[in-house]
Amino acid sequence: MKPLLELKNINYSYHTPDGETKALSNISFTLSTGEFTAVVGPSGCGKSTLLSLIDGLMRPESGELLLNGAPLTDNSSKIGYMLQHDHLFEWRSVYRNILLGAEINGPITPEVKARALDLLDQYGLGQFAGSKPSELSGGMRQRAALIRTLLLDPELLLLDEPFSALDYQTRLKVSDDIGQIIRHSGKTALLVTHDLSEAVSLSDRIIILSQRPAEVVRIVPITFTLENDTPLNRRNAPEFKTYFNEIWKELNKNDQTI
Amino acid sequence: MTKPSDGQELFLRRMRRHRLTVRIARVLILVLFLLLWEITASTGIIDSFIFSSPSRIALCFREMVLDRSIFLHIGVTLYETIASFLLVTASSILAAILLWCSLRLSEILEPYLVVLNSLPKSALAPLLIVWLGATPTTIIVAGMSVAVFGSIMNLYTSFITVDREKIKLIYTLHGNRRHALLKVVLPGSIPAVISNMKVNIGLCLVGVVIGEFLAARNGLGYLIIYSSQVFKMDWLIMSIFLLCIMAMALYAVIGTVEKIYNRRY
Repeated sequence: MKPLLELKNINYSYHTPDGETKALSNISFTLSTGEFTAVVGPSGCGKSTLLSLIDGLMRPESGELLLNGAPLTDNSSKIGYMLQHDHLFEWRSVYRNILLGAEINGPITPEVKARALDLLDQYGLGQFAGSKPSELSGGMRQRAALIRTLLLDPELLLLDEPFSALDYQTRLKVSDDIGQIIRHSGKTALLVTHDLSEAVSLSDRIIILSQRPAEVVRIVPITFTLENDTPLNRRNAPEFKTYFNEIWKELNKNDQTI
Repeated sequence: MTKPSDGQELFLRRMRRHRLTVRIARVLILVLFLLLWEITASTGIIDSFIFSSPSRIALCFREMVLDRSIFLHIGVTLYETIASFLLVTASSILAAILLWCSLRLSEILEPYLVVLNSLPKSALAPLLIVWLGATPTTIIVAGMSVAVFGSIMNLYTSFITVDREKIKLIYTLHGNRRHALLKVVLPGSIPAVISNMKVNIGLCLVGVVIGEFLAARNGLGYLIIYSSQVFKMDWLIMSIFLLCIMAMALYAVIGTVEKIYNRRY
């Protein structure tokens, strides 16, 4: 299968008056269409930087980023990005929040409006279209944020710890919920997280990064033999623990901080 | 609706009584003050020629209402205050947007803004009269000069303290800096703009009165200066009362705008 996204020897450093901090060192991997990949690594290792580079918000110092075989132009409309917090604007209704990206990218056509309402209905927010964001629960807010991203119809979804702001119980439900929505939509997704169980329950492949400057330590393929392969069901499967321990060991092998 | 419990009833009754006490006390202070003033003036304890008295002020106000001269003075001051307030609001929003657009420009201009803001603006009024003449324009500019620099600094600060992640969101949705301004910074700063307006309306009134002291032929500031020169204390104290009422009314108008905004969002 032809890869959707290719990263070749990506390097990136932050510059401050006090000096230079190397964040990413020779990062290379590929993502295939329809695949759900997670990136795990110690906190502060440069996971979010990686996503910002892929989204074109920043440029790598060296290395190549290819989308469908072509060099990535900055801010490609084929890539959607979901941030840690939903950032729904309180001065807009839920419906108008969802249209934000569409508004930025051109005039709102009746088709876009119809699609927005359709997505709201599909994901159980139809009756909240006119509500203020503050009237939604944490999980519903995250769904609304996902719909805002999906409305632009991206080929690749970047997820930057989108569940970390939620309390544990909500997080389990919402990651199950959002994971299934992304699976059904057939989108390719790249999830950044520091929660190993979240990574194992959601993804097809896990990329393990080292401490800063981040390098790819290992890429672990994840396969579950489940009849109904959902994130919540995976958590109860026997393979779950095996994968979890394997990745945990790998992460802590090079960790001198503990 | 279900009947509230006894505890809730008691709580509500206490709250109502508290509010009533506050309201009565407020009115009572004013009434007692006026009564004391009137009595001491009419019994000769204080000299009513210097301190005037509520009844003399009321008579004086009645006279000026009858000959319609008071409406001119109130109207002129009100017009100048509102004009300078609107100009301050518009120009400080524009200036803050300009500074937000260019980080370099804002860094270059920062010390100048700080100096201009801390300068006592009454020092500028004589200069303005020489440059612009003793006209209402001068007074409007004097009103603006008191508020505009602080207003620009406040608005700029609220613009740059908008959550950076919200601006990142705009970029992840493929927007640019213009979208960040129009979709996040401006709508997110409306509460700051309104509270800034509340400060500005009072400052503009101060500037206008300073301007009228020096360069006017009518207006409440003019009336205050003129009456002190001809020793008509009734006029002077009445003008101060009218300024109080005007300041309260203007503040209340903006308070209402704020309430309407808060109810909507």
